[in-house]
Amino acid sequence: MKMKGAEILLHCLQKEGVDVVFGYPGGAVLPIYDALYDSSIKHILARHEQGAVHAADGYARASGKTGVCIATSGPGGTNLVTGIATAYMDSIPLVVFTGQVSSSLIGKDAFQEADITGITLPITKHNYLLERTEDVARIVKEAFHIARTNRPGPVVVDLPKDLMEKSIDFEDNDDEVQMRGYRVMKGVNSGQIINAAEMINQAERPVIYAGGGVIASEASAELKEMAEKMKIPVTTTLMGMGAFPGTSYLSLGMLGMHGTRCANYAVGECDVLIAVGVRFDDRVTAKIEHFAPNASIIHIDIDAAEIGKNVDVDVPIVGQVKEALRSLIPRLQAREELSEWHQTISRWKDEFPLRYGRPSEGRIMPQHVVEKIYELTQGDAIITTEVGQNQMWAAQYYQYKEPRTFLSSGGLGTMGYGFPAAIGAKIARPDMKVIDIAGDGSIQMNIQELGTAVQYKVPVVICILNNHFLGMVRQWQGLFYNGRYSFTDMSHQPDFVKLAEAYGAVGIRVTKNEEVEGALREAFQVTDRPVIIDFWVEREANVYPMVPPGESPLNMLGGELDE
Amino acid sequence: MNKHTLAVIVENKPGVLTRVATLFRRRCYNIDSLTVGTTENPGISRMTIVVEGDNKVIEQVTKQLYKLVDVIKVIDITRESAVDRELVLIKVKADNNVRAEIVQLVDIFRARIVDIGRNSLIVEATGDRGKMDALEDSFRPFGIIELVRTGKVAMVRGSK
Ligand SMILES: Cc1cc2nc3c(=O)[nH]c(=O)nc-3n(C[C@H](O)[C@H](O)[C@H](O)COP(=O)(O)OP(=O)(O)OC[C@H]3O[C@@H](n4cnc5c(N)ncnc54)[C@H](O)[C@@H]3O)c2cc1C
Ligand SMILES: Cc1ncc(C[n+]2csc(CCOP(=O)(O)OP(=O)(O)O)c2C)c(N)n1
Repeated sequence: MKMKGAEILLHCLQKEGVDVVFGYPGGAVLPIYDALYDSSIKHILARHEQGAVHAADGYARASGKTGVCIATSGPGGTNLVTGIATAYMDSIPLVVFTGQVSSSLIGKDAFQEADITGITLPITKHNYLLERTEDVARIVKEAFHIARTNRPGPVVVDLPKDLMEKSIDFEDNDDEVQMRGYRVMKGVNSGQIINAAEMINQAERPVIYAGGGVIASEASAELKEMAEKMKIPVTTTLMGMGAFPGTSYLSLGMLGMHGTRCANYAVGECDVLIAVGVRFDDRVTAKIEHFAPNASIIHIDIDAAEIGKNVDVDVPIVGQVKEALRSLIPRLQAREELSEWHQTISRWKDEFPLRYGRPSEGRIMPQHVVEKIYELTQGDAIITTEVGQNQMWAAQYYQYKEPRTFLSSGGLGTMGYGFPAAIGAKIARPDMKVIDIAGDGSIQMNIQELGTAVQYKVPVVICILNNHFLGMVRQWQGLFYNGRYSFTDMSHQPDFVKLAEAYGAVGIRVTKNEEVEGALREAFQVTDRPVIIDFWVEREANVYPMVPPGESPLNMLGGELDE
Repeated sequence: MNKHTLAVIVENKPGVLTRVATLFRRRCYNIDSLTVGTTENPGISRMTIVVEGDNKVIEQVTKQLYKLVDVIKVIDITRESAVDRELVLIKVKADNNVRAEIVQLVDIFRARIVDIGRNSLIVEATGDRGKMDALEDSFRPFGIIELVRTGKVAMVRGSK
C-alpha cells in the first residue's frame, strides 16, 4: 500500500500501543501533524515543548508505559533538552520525535536546523536520524524496544521533513527487533543468588536499600515478600518512594541527605546491605568512605555498569530486580524475629522522629500542608513535585503506599518538572487524584501549562508551598554562606490566585492553619479544571534533618528532639 | 597508570565514532590512541582504543561501551598474545652529509624511504609501539620536520 512516511509513523505508534502523544507543532513536523489531524491517537497540545516532554515523562512514570512526545526542528528540539535529560537521569522510557529540515538541507545551516541527535547524544539511551522513509517502521520498533527494555531511558528519533512527506510502498511485518549490539537481559547468575541468600540468612543487622529499579521492574510485591519473610527493615531512595509501603512497620523512610536519621543510622550500622535497583547516588552515600562501613553489600541492578561504579560490592547480581528476588526468596529461611536489631531501630525511630516547629503569624508550616494532603488522601493519590524544599517535604511527610505514586525529578533535579508531569500523570490515570507539591520558584518555570490543563480539563491540584524564596538555595546560603541571601528572594511574584483565574483555572490562597484542610477539600471537588492553592508558608523553614555536604551520613544536622 | 588495548567491534554506521568519543569525554576516560577501520565484514568496523587506567577504570569503560547500542563486542587484548602495529611517516632533514647515516638507520628499523626531496626524506615504518618510539628517538637528532603516527591496531594471535 502507498503510504506517506508520516502515516507509517502513526501506524507504527498505534502498533506500539500509543494512545496519547504530547507535542507542539512547527514547520518541520507539518507532515506529521497533518497525519495526526485524522488519526485516532490523541494529541495533547502543550504550551512549551518542555511541558510536552515532562508530561510524556509523567505519563510514563504514572502508567509504566513509554511516554511519547513530538516537537519541531531547531528550537522545538532544543526546548526538549531539559526534559530528555530529566528522563535520562531517572531512567524513564520515552520516545521523542523531532522534526528535522529536509534531508537535502541538513548540514547547510538551514532555517531552524539544529543537530538534535548530536545535542542529545549524551542524554539519550540511543538516538536516530532517519535517512530513508523505508526505515521508519524498523526505527520506531527499535526505539520503543530500546526505551523500555533493560535499563529504561529516552530515545530520540529525528525525522527530516521530506522523508515524512514521501510516499512509499509500505508493507507491514511483525518481525522481531534484530540488533547485534543490544540484547534484552534475561535470567540471573544462580551462583550469586546462592551467595546472596547465604549472606542474608546469616545477617544480624540487615537493611534493604531500594530504589527506582524496583519500580521499573514492577517488583514491589517481591520486595515486600522478601522484607516480610526475613523481617528486614527497608529504606528507599527518593526515586524508590512507593516501591515499599511507607506505612509498613519495616519502613525506615528515605535515606540520604534529607533522609530520616533512623534510615541513615541503620545503613551506618548494618552488617548486610541489600541494594535493590539503586545507583549509590552521592545524595544517598554522602562521603563514600562513611557509607555502610560495616556492611557486606549485595547489589541487584540490570545495568552492569552500575555495579562497582561508586562503591565496591561483595555480591553483584546483574538482572531484573523481579527475577532476582523471585529466585532469591525461596532460598531464604524465614525468620520469626530479629529482635535486637528491631529494638535498636525502634529506639532511633522514637528518638528521632521527623519534626518541625510552629509558624509565625500569617504563615503555615509547609510540612503541615504535606501532612494534611496525606491525611485527606490517605496515600490514594499521585504526588508530583517540583524541586527544592517542597520536594523534600513531599518525600518526608507523606507515606507512599504504592509504586508510581511519587513522581519527582531526582537525578537532574529539574525545577518546573512537577506540574507538566502531573498533567501527564492525570491523563494516564484519570481515576487518581493528582497533586503537584510545588515551590513558588519552580512553578513559575512551567506555569504556562495551565493553558494545557484548562484546555483539556485536566483537574490537577497544584499546592504551592510559597515561601517567597528559592527556599532550598536560601537554606544553603543560610547554613553555609553566612546567611547572605544572594538572589534567592522571590517576593516579586504574580498573584497566583489571579493568575489561575486568568487562565480559567481555580485559585485559592491560604495563610492560616485552619484554612488548610478546607482549601484542600475544595480543590479535590473540582473535576473539570486545574486548581492552584497558594499556601503562604513559613518563609525561612528549613528541611531537616540534613547531611551537610562532604559529611558522613551519621553526622546529620537538625531534627533532634531538643531542637 | 597502565595502558590497555581494547578491540571494539562496532556497527559500521555514521555517528558511531562520535558516540564512542562522546562517551570517553563525558566519563573522563583518557584515550591514548584510537583507530577505526573496516573489517572483513562490510557492516562492521573495528576500533582499536588504547586507554589509560587501572583495572577498575577499564572495567567501567568496557561496561559503558557495551551500553552503546552500536557496540557489538569489546575485547581487552592487553594481556592476550597479540600482534600490534603502528604505521609512522617521518619527514626528516637529510642533506648529503647525513643521508648515508639515515639510510643505515632505515635499514636497521626495516623501514622504507618513500619520498626523496632535496633536503629531506620521508621514511615509512611499521612496528609495535616500542619500536616506533625508538625509531622516532633515533631520527630526532637529524631534525624531524613532520611526523605522523596512525595509532595502534592489534589482533590476537592464533585462531581465536
Ligand atoms: C534537591 C534534591 C535532594 C535530594 N536528596 C535525596 C536524598 O536525601 N535521598 C535520596 O535518596 N535521594 C535524594 N535525591 C535524589 C537523588 O539525586 C537520586 O535521584 C536518587 O537517590 C537516585 O535513586 P536510585 O538510587 O533509586 O536510582 P534511580 O535513578 O531510580 O536508578 C535506578 C537504578 O535501578 C536500575 N534499574 C532500572 N531498572 C531496573 C530493573 N528493571 N531491574 C534492575 N535494576 C533496574 C538502574 O540501572 C539504576 O541503577 C535528591 C534530589 C534532589 C533534586
Ligand atoms: C532548572 C533549575 N534551575 C536551578 C535549580 C537550582 N535550584 C535547586 S532548588 C532551587 C530553589 C527552588 O525554589 P522553589 O521552587 O521556590 O522551592 P523551595 O525550595 O522554596 O521549596 C533552585 C534554584 C534547579 N534545581 N533547577
